[in-house]
Amino acid sequence: MASAHGILPLKLNDLRFDAGGRTIIHGISAQITAGPATIILGANGAGKSVLMRLMHGLLRPTSGSIDWHGQAEPRVRRGQSMVFQRPVMLRRSALDNILYALKLARVPAAERKGIAMEALREVGIADIAHRSARVLSGGEQQRLALARAWALHPEVLFLDEPTANLDPGATREIENVIKAFDASGTKIVMSTHNLGQARRLGDEVLFIHQGRLAEQTPIETFFRQPASAEAAAFVKGELPWV
Amino acid sequence: MGMILRVALALLVSASVHAQPKFITVASTTSTEQSGLFKHLLPAFEKKTGIQVRVVALGTGQSLDMGKRGDADVVFVHAKQLEEKFVAEGYGVKRFEVMYNDFVLVGPKTDPAKVGGGKDIVAALQKIKAVQAPFASRGDKSGTHFAELQLWKAAGIDIAKDKGPWYRDTGSGMGPTLNTAAGMNAYALTDRGTWLSFKNRADLVISVEGDQRLFNQYGVILVNPAKHAHIKKEMGQAFVDWVISSEGQAAIAEYKIDGKQLFFPNAKN
Amino acid sequence: MNSLGEALRGAVDLLFSGDTTLGGIVALSLAVSLSAVALATLLGLPLGAAIAVGRFRGRRALIVLLNALMGLPPVVVGLLVYLLLSRAGPLGDLGLLFTPPAMVIAQTVLVLPIIAALCRQSVEDAWIEYEEQLRSLGAAGVRAALTLIWDIRFSLVTAVLAGLGRALAEVGAVIIVGGNIDGVTRVMTTTIALETSKGDLPLALSLGFILIALVIMLNAAAHLIKEAAQRRYG
Repeated sequence: MASAHGILPLKLNDLRFDAGGRTIIHGISAQITAGPATIILGANGAGKSVLMRLMHGLLRPTSGSIDWHGQAEPRVRRGQSMVFQRPVMLRRSALDNILYALKLARVPAAERKGIAMEALREVGIADIAHRSARVLSGGEQQRLALARAWALHPEVLFLDEPTANLDPGATREIENVIKAFDASGTKIVMSTHNLGQARRLGDEVLFIHQGRLAEQTPIETFFRQPASAEAAAFVKGELPWV
Repeated sequence: MGMILRVALALLVSASVHAQPKFITVASTTSTEQSGLFKHLLPAFEKKTGIQVRVVALGTGQSLDMGKRGDADVVFVHAKQLEEKFVAEGYGVKRFEVMYNDFVLVGPKTDPAKVGGGKDIVAALQKIKAVQAPFASRGDKSGTHFAELQLWKAAGIDIAKDKGPWYRDTGSGMGPTLNTAAGMNAYALTDRGTWLSFKNRADLVISVEGDQRLFNQYGVILVNPAKHAHIKKEMGQAFVDWVISSEGQAAIAEYKIDGKQLFFPNAKN
Repeated sequence: MNSLGEALRGAVDLLFSGDTTLGGIVALSLAVSLSAVALATLLGLPLGAAIAVGRFRGRRALIVLLNALMGLPPVVVGLLVYLLLSRAGPLGDLGLLFTPPAMVIAQTVLVLPIIAALCRQSVEDAWIEYEEQLRSLGAAGVRAALTLIWDIRFSLVTAVLAGLGRALAEVGAVIIVGGNIDGVTRVMTTTIALETSKGDLPLALSLGFILIALVIMLNAAAHLIKEAAQRRYG
């Protein structure tokens, strides 16, 4: 929910990113508001991952600006979490991984265990709280990553192709958790290849084509009547790999 | 961070200082250490005075350098000229003669220079150079090395100029030099003590001995406390006094290997 | 070849003879080298990790230098530490020369670059996997470096073992700063050097076999611990 101290809406102004002598993001301007689950769509190499990392602060733009409702660090960082395509867990128990994140976020020590266990229950892996995180299955680790993000109660949750490496069963479980996040008021920004998943989870689409923002439309409009020719081609599955 | 370092260093130091009995550091040569003399001599001194003697066995040159730096309380070496210079330059208090042994020339049983059984070291060296028989030298500024250089000089040979590939400069202690000589079937000058306790002789035997010029004098000097305030002068002096006392001298004479006496006490009381 | 067999038998005899001098020498070798490795680990792991995750001017030059220092000749280290600790030197008043602490200092200097450089490499490799996630969670710089060290602790065992192997095997540094004093600063390697120079090669070789056996045992123990931990933690 947007509030005076919230970090949304997020305004991207003419964002540009160069690396290795190439321009990967060409002047993207957009506004991301609280409420609708935003899906970032595009072909491989279009720049989805780079755009998400720019928004989350893992990369610095070559030019242009990122404005989180005028808020400053560390408020901006605290308000976001990110789940990556491959979950990265520390060599400790599932519970300890969440406790680590809570400690970094300076949550008071007495509250940490309670919050962590609640998060584990929320994603349905409370029974393996004490198992070593790195020996869990791919689906379990990704759910743990979501639990870790949940425990931090972020305003914005970024997800970079979270189910790309999972089987359909695990994918369904992850989608359910994401839906729960969405329902609880967290702003979802997710990139995916899976058009069905986009339809199931998303409310609006940011379509990226070769580093440019081709269009930003509500989800059903995008699939039925995309505004750009590139989007139309993408939806028809004809977009060549960049 | 600096505080932690200082505390750690202080702990290290106190651990190293307080854990130890009273002791002195004596810089000596490899010949006295490796012949086993100190193993025989020092327990008697320690029993009498309760002072532990820590011997750092290096070459004469390095031992005297240690004395100059103040890293040793006493030096016990065998190079008279260098010792006298040490005292004259103010690094040592007084030089006392302690004991002597002799050098011997060892060489291969096959004796290519035909010097075996001789009593003239100078003539032997001349023959060795003449046939260019292999010769292993210490080359490490030790007492033995100095003695060797004096002998070449006495033989009228400028060894620095006239040496050839037959002259092998090992730059190492007596043991390693003998190892090299044994391995190459070369002649070498060694003190008798080291030779008697040396176990890797291969085909080496004594070729020349008994020449007066092979006389090898050992001296003991207390390092000058005026140059280095921390020198343990009372304990060091006690050691010097004991070594030249009748008791110390008797202990030196007692030391034998296979029934042969190695060092001959000759302190002037 | 029969001198090898003789030496092997000699080693076994020595081991079971209960010789207290030998026991003291082995104990001192372990005490000095283990202390040096402990110190070098304490200093070297954070150093290596900090260089791995840090970004600063001259970082590449520092990495090259650190790697090069792995090959520091022990005898040179010994000489430098000797000049430092000598009475005529800057730290002479500490009276550390020719004592076991001096040997620990010299070996720490020798081993520190090995542990730091190998840690740097391991942490840098791990950083590739962990960087985004850790930065996303808000861990950077020192925090991230320490988290990584703890997380890859089992692969750092290899770095520590490399350092321990170097320390136990070297003779150049400890013989200069320790003086090879009988009963005070004599360790396995300096004893082997001494017996060799006295020409007692079988004894030297026997001691050598004991030293090798010791190093093998330490490595085996570390390997088993590593395996067990990997099974548990993944």
